Amino acid sequence: MDIFGVPIQALMGQVLIGLINGGFYAILSLGLALIFGLLNIINFAHGAVYTAGAFVAWLLLEHLGIGYWGALLFAPGIIALIGIFLEKTVVSQIYRQDHLYGLLLTYGMALIIEGGFRQVYGVSGIPYNLPAALSGGVNLGFMYLPIYRGWVVVVSILVCFSVWYVIERTKLGSTLRAATENPALTKSFGINVPRLITLIYGLGVGLAAFAGVLAAPIYQVNPLMGSNLIIVVFAVVVIGGMGSIMGAILSGFLLGIIEGLTKVFYPPASHLVIFIFMAAILLIRPAGLFGRKQ
Amino acid sequence: MNNISPTKTPVLKVENLEAWYGESHILHGMSFDVREGEVVTLLGRNGAGKTTTLRSIMGIVETRTGTIEINGKSALSVPAHKISPLGIAYCPEERGIYKSLTVRENLMLPPVIAPGGMSVDEIFDLFPNIAERLNSGGGNLSGGEQQMLAIARILRTGCRLLLLDEPTEGLAPVIVQAIGRVLKMLKARGYTILLVEQNFRFASTVADRHYVVEHGQVIDEIANSDIGRESARLHEYLGI
Repeated sequence: MDIFGVPIQALMGQVLIGLINGGFYAILSLGLALIFGLLNIINFAHGAVYTAGAFVAWLLLEHLGIGYWGALLFAPGIIALIGIFLEKTVVSQIYRQDHLYGLLLTYGMALIIEGGFRQVYGVSGIPYNLPAALSGGVNLGFMYLPIYRGWVVVVSILVCFSVWYVIERTKLGSTLRAATENPALTKSFGINVPRLITLIYGLGVGLAAFAGVLAAPIYQVNPLMGSNLIIVVFAVVVIGGMGSIMGAILSGFLLGIIEGLTKVFYPPASHLVIFIFMAAILLIRPAGLFGRKQ
Repeated sequence: MNNISPTKTPVLKVENLEAWYGESHILHGMSFDVREGEVVTLLGRNGAGKTTTLRSIMGIVETRTGTIEINGKSALSVPAHKISPLGIAYCPEERGIYKSLTVRENLMLPPVIAPGGMSVDEIFDLFPNIAERLNSGGGNLSGGEQQMLAIARILRTGCRLLLLDEPTEGLAPVIVQAIGRVLKMLKARGYTILLVEQNFRFASTVADRHYVVEHGQVIDEIANSDIGRESARLHEYLGI
């Protein structure tokens, strides 16, 4: 069976890859949107944190014998603690400064993290084996689905919507939204906004590290894996609307699929399509798909 | 300035308060106090520094010197989020209703600081409109509803000292009357209120004392019982 002259297996294969990439885009842009909303900092270190998540997973396996399942829990935890320490000591110094300083600081942090991994481990990439329980695949009739890839899609959807639920439907979430919308007034109610900021930075980088662990078996562990992704992720955040949680999630998956479909129908444009889409959205809706006008 | 304050202990004492917005020096030595159970107003023209005074007390304006004591404890050098727990709650001029929160979330946002705050049921009795709109977005309320919600949410906290910044501004007369009733009820219950008002006629119906603010200083103090006699002076200060 063909659709527009493309075999359905090829089409579905690219949609699946699109969904997987979309899952990574969504988790990363979700963290970026959270951090931008509350800290007003564009976290350029986000891609490097994703890389660090994959490296920590590999290091846990190599040196402590902790496998994939442990890494899924511990790598984001370790990275979140490091992020909390950095927020308290370094990042918090620049909240009163212009955006440019936050950009320079986090870009510098990204260079240090990626440069460090490159120095020690080189750029060739280290394989990370699939966990045994998720290897193999199933034949769905219209396509062959590697189980691990299906797992990545399901987990990223679950993680994104859990975070969305906490932000939009719980007391903690309403406090976070209040602190994002009007931090000074929120403090005047006796709410410890600086602690919320630290928590959100920890959560944002923890999410990025989680995506890094998920990606390790698919892409190998490579010092540059994050910088390849981060530019697209910024485009996703802009398309979704700066600071919009649902916007970041939905446009993450949407753009993954658009990118995948472009690979089927006109491969040369597949790296470009997201940015063309971004330009078009910004022309029609300058605040992004889900953004509120300022 | 003649001393016409009752002799109860001040729950809010401001002395020689100076405050800055960036480079601009707004408050030039504000001094006044508010005693337990009193309703005290800050009167004055636009730009006199009334709102800045409230924002300085709450730590929203951070660059400030002098003395601010709330229930006997200094509020000057503590972080902004530790000021309300001293027993004070603030309702800002722009109401400060969060658009990204529902009415219910707005109402429940401020943490309870002390026991004895109003229950949600009491609040709904006082402001029936809020009970009807709990699931609306905060941004969908009318100006009057926003004002009522902004007052309602700080009554839950158990704070007994309230700072209210122009609660009647821009509202229809019937809503101004409703807010006046709420303030009288709060006064009867022993709340202490520092009120910033442009609407002097409204202020005179609820207040015990008035401080006149000009150029970031208190320039006069008038007891509410004297306003008949002092109306010429007030006209001069306020241009009313």
